[in-house]
Amino acid sequence: MHERFTTVALVAGVGCFALAWCLEAWLPLTHIGRIPVKTLEELAPEPTETFLELAELYPKSFKRAYGEPTADAFHDSLRHARDTYIAEGCWHCHSQFVRPVSNEDIRFGAVSTAAEYQNEMQLPQLLGTRRVGPDLSRSWNKHSTDWHVAHFFEPSWVVPTTVMPNYRWFFDENDEPNRTGIAMVTYVMWLGSWTEDWGDEIDEAGENDS
Amino acid sequence: MSTVGASQKIVDYTVVRAHLTAGLFFFVVVLFTGLLYGLQLQQLYPFPGIEILSPGRLRMVHTNAAAYGFLVNLFAACLYWIIPRLTGSPTLSVTFGRVIFWAWQLIVLSAAVGILLGEAQAVEWGETPTWIDPVALFGAALLIINLTVPIARRRDRNMYVTLWYYSAGFVWLALVYAMGNFLPQYVLPGVGGAAVVGLYIHDLVGLFVTPMGWGLMYYMVPVILKKPIWSHTLSLVGFWGLAFFYPLQGIHHFLFSPIPMYAQYGAIISTIAIEIVVFTVIVNFFMTLRGSADMLRTNMSLRWFYAGMVMYFTTCFQCAFHTTLTFQKVIHFTDWVVAHAHLVMFGVFGFWLLGAVDYLWPRLAGNAWYSWRLRAWHFWGTVLGLVLMFGSLTIAGLVQGNLWAALAPWEQSLIGSTPFWTARTVSGVMIIGSQFLLFYNMWMTTRRPTLVEEPHAVLVDDAAPAPV
Ligand code: HEC
Ligand code: HEM
Repeated sequence: MHERFTTVALVAGVGCFALAWCLEAWLPLTHIGRIPVKTLEELAPEPTETFLELAELYPKSFKRAYGEPTADAFHDSLRHARDTYIAEGCWHCHSQFVRPVSNEDIRFGAVSTAAEYQNEMQLPQLLGTRRVGPDLSRSWNKHSTDWHVAHFFEPSWVVPTTVMPNYRWFFDENDEPNRTGIAMVTYVMWLGSWTEDWGDEIDEAGENDS
Repeated sequence: MSTVGASQKIVDYTVVRAHLTAGLFFFVVVLFTGLLYGLQLQQLYPFPGIEILSPGRLRMVHTNAAAYGFLVNLFAACLYWIIPRLTGSPTLSVTFGRVIFWAWQLIVLSAAVGILLGEAQAVEWGETPTWIDPVALFGAALLIINLTVPIARRRDRNMYVTLWYYSAGFVWLALVYAMGNFLPQYVLPGVGGAAVVGLYIHDLVGLFVTPMGWGLMYYMVPVILKKPIWSHTLSLVGFWGLAFFYPLQGIHHFLFSPIPMYAQYGAIISTIAIEIVVFTVIVNFFMTLRGSADMLRTNMSLRWFYAGMVMYFTTCFQCAFHTTLTFQKVIHFTDWVVAHAHLVMFGVFGFWLLGAVDYLWPRLAGNAWYSWRLRAWHFWGTVLGLVLMFGSLTIAGLVQGNLWAALAPWEQSLIGSTPFWTARTVSGVMIIGSQFLLFYNMWMTTRRPTLVEEPHAVLVDDAAPAPV
């Protein structure tokens, strides 16, 4: 009986899978699902300082890509950055998930909470499972705008021992950040800006060089 | 297991050969993308600043080519070889099988091109662009139908162990693929999506690759040893244990995350529980080998299979420890996990499939292997390469995890990893070099009809040379 096709396909195939789904996905989802999911507009209504700063630093390229630094343009840039972050596989080298162990709260900043992820920027989620580079979910206050621009252009110019690849195609023919470049800098300097400032502690650990 | 004449009529040798060749083609892709990405981590990447060859994109091609190009194709070759023999009836349709073959290659190639063009999807191991997901699911469904028909036709009779694994694996593949590629992408944001992605990563290995692998072992080992599996009861324990415990483990990829803690504990406990199940399967196979161990010297396929089983035991033993929260503090996010991934994907399933290639190729080509020595060099080169890779990355993981926890500057962890990353590149070159011995040997086998230097002339033993 238990060695027949129907039993195996239904009990082992469908049954065991369904049981696991209920215990390890549906049940936790009943808690997590209670937190409302925010759109980007609700999450970050106003452009960040970085976005405005980029409009001043690179007026020509900014105008071509986004026009005026309005809220709409800001949301457009963040969405584009999220898509680029996925397409370039940044998430295979960087996590967006600070654990409550191994001193990660001292190194990076506040420990991640479920509510932080209930928004469209985490659909699909970007927690990550591998760190070649540091966690980015608190990267908003780690470096300056200029640092990030230089870093995407050629990471080894600012961190000689880095193994991060360069992203020349984030820049236009004048080596100014293009639509993608502006978006990426805005994005990494937005991540975590909703948490409290941990800059001082990080300074003591010698991590903050901006 | 059917008689020789009958199995020749019901097995489509062309489709077996096609899937086997395609699998090895993508294997080459896997090896070179892996090597290139490894070079990036040594600041030696040969194509910097070229958008479509960005290392981040190559990494996704590496893992997807491994899953859908290398493993799926070689498993398909084995399925087309084994299922008709075990059921006594052909697959649904020969033409259908060949059409699916080409459709699948097209899917995998367009996935790779899509990823290189910057259309990846943020689902680990499912980075295939979103527009390919439904097509891939459809393609997999066709393959499943073609192969399930001969199994389902014999609904009234008890099936052999291999077919338990295959039947359940087919159902799981469809469910897992649909769950992992659609829910976290469109419906479930945040940590809920992470729970499902965890299930997906884990189930793709545990509920597709693993059943296909064990199905293969339960067929190949008795055929080669010419005796039945030691204990039927242990086979049952192994199968139902896997079916019950494996799907529960997904969340162990996101421990210490904001996913509710009881779900994390559930995943940890079932991960530890499955080691007991794994142990029963390993005991079963090693007891089967008892009295015939000398064949490990004379039969190369068997050698690959049992080497893979040793690795399997190592991997699973490792799981029981590193799934605990104590280990997780240090090893999560590090190269320890990458070492583990290569040990299981390549050291276990890759080895079993290379063993299957070793078994199938002379039968498909209708010739004895060209050279035993090349086969032996291929085996030892690959084993040593993999062991070196596993060892160096495991240590690298401990170095990285401890430096991070000690709040050393990030660059320190990069500098500390350098020697191990260099060792990984060396091991990669060893592995690649060894595979070219295999390819050369295969090529010469098709070209040279004579038996050159096979000391133990037991090549084409249980099946007559195939019609070419
Ligand atoms: C091969 C792995 C790799 C990839 C791919 C990668 N990075 Fe990095 N990244 C690193 C490493 C290593 C560092 C640390 C050294 C440094 O600052 O360059 C780093 C540092 C950073 C930093 C500075 C973080 C800090 O807190 O100091 C940012 C921001 C960053 N990366 C963003 C990105 C983005 C965005 C992408 C994708 C476009 C990306 N990285 C792709 C490896 C990678
Ligand atoms: C020449 C041999 C190989 C080399 C040099 C190599 C190299 C690499 C590198 C550098 C990574 C990225 C690790 C990181 O993020 O730090 C990787 C990941 C991976 N490789 Fe390979 N690889 C090789 C062969 C294979 C084979 C044959 C397979 C499968 C059959 C495979 C499966 C994987 C998987 C599943 C991952 C993802 C690991 C994870 O995310 O934890 N690799 N490989």
